[in-house]
Amino acid sequence: MFKILKYSFFDLIRSRWTYIYCAFYALLTLSLFWLSSDLSKVIISLMNVILVLVPLIATIFGIMYYYNSREFTELLLAQPIKRTHIFLGQYLGVATSLSLSILIGVGLPFITYGIFGSAEIWNYFTLLLVGVFLSFIFSAIAFFIALKNENRIKGFGLAILVWLFFAVIYDGLFLLVLAMFSDYPLESFALGASMFNPIDLSRILILLKLDISALMGYTGAVFHKFLGSGLGLGIAFLSLVLWVVLPVLGIQRVSRRKDF
Amino acid sequence: MKKYFLLLTISLLAISIFAKTLEVCNSCEWTTITAAIKAAEKGDQLIIKAGIYKEGKIIVNKSLTISGEDYPILDGENKGEILTVLADNVTIEGLQIQNVGTSYMEDRAGIRIKRAKNFTIKNNRLYNTFFGIYLEHADKGIVQNNELIGEAVEEMSSGNAIHLWYCKNILIEKNIVRHHRDGIYLEFVDNSKVRFNISEDNLRYGLHFMFSNNDDYFKNEFRRNGAGVAVMFSKKINMWENAFEYNWGKASYGLLLKEIYDADIKNNVFKENTIGIYVEGSTRINYLDNDFVRNGWAIKISGGCLDNIISSNNFLYNTFDLSLNSSVNNNEFSGNFWSAYTGYDLDKNGIGDIPYRPVKLFNYVVNKTPEAMVLLRSLFIDIINFSEKVSPVFTPKKVVDNRPVMQKIEHIELFSLN
Repeated sequence: MFKILKYSFFDLIRSRWTYIYCAFYALLTLSLFWLSSDLSKVIISLMNVILVLVPLIATIFGIMYYYNSREFTELLLAQPIKRTHIFLGQYLGVATSLSLSILIGVGLPFITYGIFGSAEIWNYFTLLLVGVFLSFIFSAIAFFIALKNENRIKGFGLAILVWLFFAVIYDGLFLLVLAMFSDYPLESFALGASMFNPIDLSRILILLKLDISALMGYTGAVFHKFLGSGLGLGIAFLSLVLWVVLPVLGIQRVSRRKDF
Repeated sequence: MKKYFLLLTISLLAISIFAKTLEVCNSCEWTTITAAIKAAEKGDQLIIKAGIYKEGKIIVNKSLTISGEDYPILDGENKGEILTVLADNVTIEGLQIQNVGTSYMEDRAGIRIKRAKNFTIKNNRLYNTFFGIYLEHADKGIVQNNELIGEAVEEMSSGNAIHLWYCKNILIEKNIVRHHRDGIYLEFVDNSKVRFNISEDNLRYGLHFMFSNNDDYFKNEFRRNGAGVAVMFSKKINMWENAFEYNWGKASYGLLLKEIYDADIKNNVFKENTIGIYVEGSTRINYLDNDFVRNGWAIKISGGCLDNIISSNNFLYNTFDLSLNSSVNNNEFSGNFWSAYTGYDLDKNGIGDIPYRPVKLFNYVVNKTPEAMVLLRSLFIDIINFSEKVSPVFTPKKVVDNRPVMQKIEHIELFSLN
C-alpha cells in the first residue's frame, strides 16, 4: 500500500496542477497579507476561501485522478497486490499531496510574516488542520463516488452535487428548519446539525476561535461552551475523523466487491 | 463706578490679609487635617505636606482651599468615607486619597460634595475608593484632571468613579477613570459638560446618563468598558467627537441609547465594538459625520425609533452596517459612505448612481431566528445576500441610502484640547 501511495504521491507532486494549486494559495495568502497586516482578518478571509475551495478542489482532483489513472489501476489489479491497498494507496496519495499544497501554500507566507510568537498561532493551526481534514474528507468521498460509478459523467456530476450539498444546500435546509421551528429552543439542534456537515463544523471551529464569536450571541455562547470544553472539542474532531473514516471504509468495501 | 471699584479692592485686600494659611504635617502645628479644619476659618487655605494621613471621615464644613504638596496620602484604611464637603466655595487639589472600603449599605466615596456650590476638585489621585468623587445636590462645580483608579471586580460590590446625583452646571474634564463600575455616572444632572476624559476598563459603562437633560459630552475616550456609554431617559444631549473603542463582548456596545429625544451624535468614532450604537425608542436624533470602523453591527435599531437622520457617516468594514427589527421606519439615510457599497458613479459627481441598502437579508433572517447566526460567513448566506441585493424582497424597502458617497468622507475636527 505504501508503495502505491508513494507512487501516486510523486506522480501528483510532479503534476502541474499541484503546483498551480499550491501557488494559488501562496499568492492568495501573500496578497491578503499585503492588503491587511491584521492576522485575524487574514485568517477570516482565508477561511472563507478555504471552506469553499478546498472541498471543491479535493472533490474534482479525487474524481479526476481516479478516472484518469484507471488504465494503470487495471494494470495494478493484475498484479498480486491486495485490492484495498491499491485504492487506499491512491486515495492517500491524492489526499496527502493536496494537504501538502495547502500546508506549503498557506503555511510559508505565514511563517515569513512571523506567525510564531503571535497570539493568533492557534487559530492559524486550526485553519491548517481544517484545510487538511477537508482535503482528506472530500477526496475520500470523491474516490468512493468514482468507485461506485463507472460512468464518468455520472460520477463527476454526483461528486459535484455532493460538494454543492455540503457547501450550500445543507445550510439552506438548516436555515429552513431553524426558521420553521423558531418557536422552539434550537441551540442543541443547531449544534447537532453542524456536526453532520464537515464544512459547517470547520467554519464554526474557526469562527469561535476568533473574536467574531462575540457576534454570535446566545447560540454562539452555547457553541462556545460546548466546543470550549475538552469533551466538545474531542467530539468535534471525532466527527471530522469519522467523516474521513466512513468514506474510506466505503472505498474498502466497494473495492473488495467491485467487478472490473 | 469708582466707589464700587474701591470697595472691591478693599474687600479683596481684606480677604488676602485675613485669609490664613494653615500647614499640616507631622512636625507642623497641626498634625491632622481634622484639627486644622477645626482651627481654620472661612476662606483659609490648608496646605497638606507630603506624608501619610490615616484619617477617614473628614468633614469640611467651611469654605476652604485644601491643597496637597507632593501628593500627601489620605488613607481611609477601608473604614469609610474620607472627605465630605458640606460647604460652598471649597477647593480640593493635589491629594492622593485611597482605600475607602467596600460597603453594601452606604455609598462611601473618596470625596463627597453634599448640597454645596462653587467647588473645585482638581489634580487629585483616588485609588481604590469605592465611589471616587460623589456629587449630590451640587451646583456650579469643576472636577478636573483627577485620576481615579478602582479595583472593581464585580458590579454588585463596586462603585462609580465620578458619580453625580441631582446636580447642575458641573464641568467634568480631563479626568482619567479606570476599573470602576461606571466611569462617570450622571443621574438627574442638567446643563453639565463632560469633556476630554478618558474612561477605560470599567465593568459596566464608561459614561452613564440617567434622566439628565441639556448636557454635552465631547472629546472623551471610552475603551474596553463593559459597554461604552449609556444614555437613558434623557433629552437634548450632545455627543461630539468621542471615541468609543474595543467594547467587545457578548452583550457589549459602544453607545446605548434608550428613550432619548433630540440628541446630536456628531463626529464620533466607533471602532471595534460588538454593536457600535444600540438604539431603543429614541426619536429625533441626528447621527452625522461619525466613523463606524470594524464593528459587529454599526447601528442596531430596535423598535420605536422615529425621525432620526443618519447622514455623512463612514461605515467601514462592519460585519453588519445596520440592523432593524421594525417595519415602521421613517428614519432618513443619506450621503453616507459604505465600504460594502458596490455601485458605480457614471456621471462622476461623487454620489453613487444606485441606492445602497444597508440591511442585508441575513440581517433580517437573524432578527427572526437568532440561531441562524451560526451560518455567519457561510457560502449559502453570501449567495442569498447577493440575490436579495439584486432584487430586494424581504429587506425593508424604505431603509435605503439614495445618495451613497463614493469616497470616504473626511471629517473636520470640532474641538481641540487646547
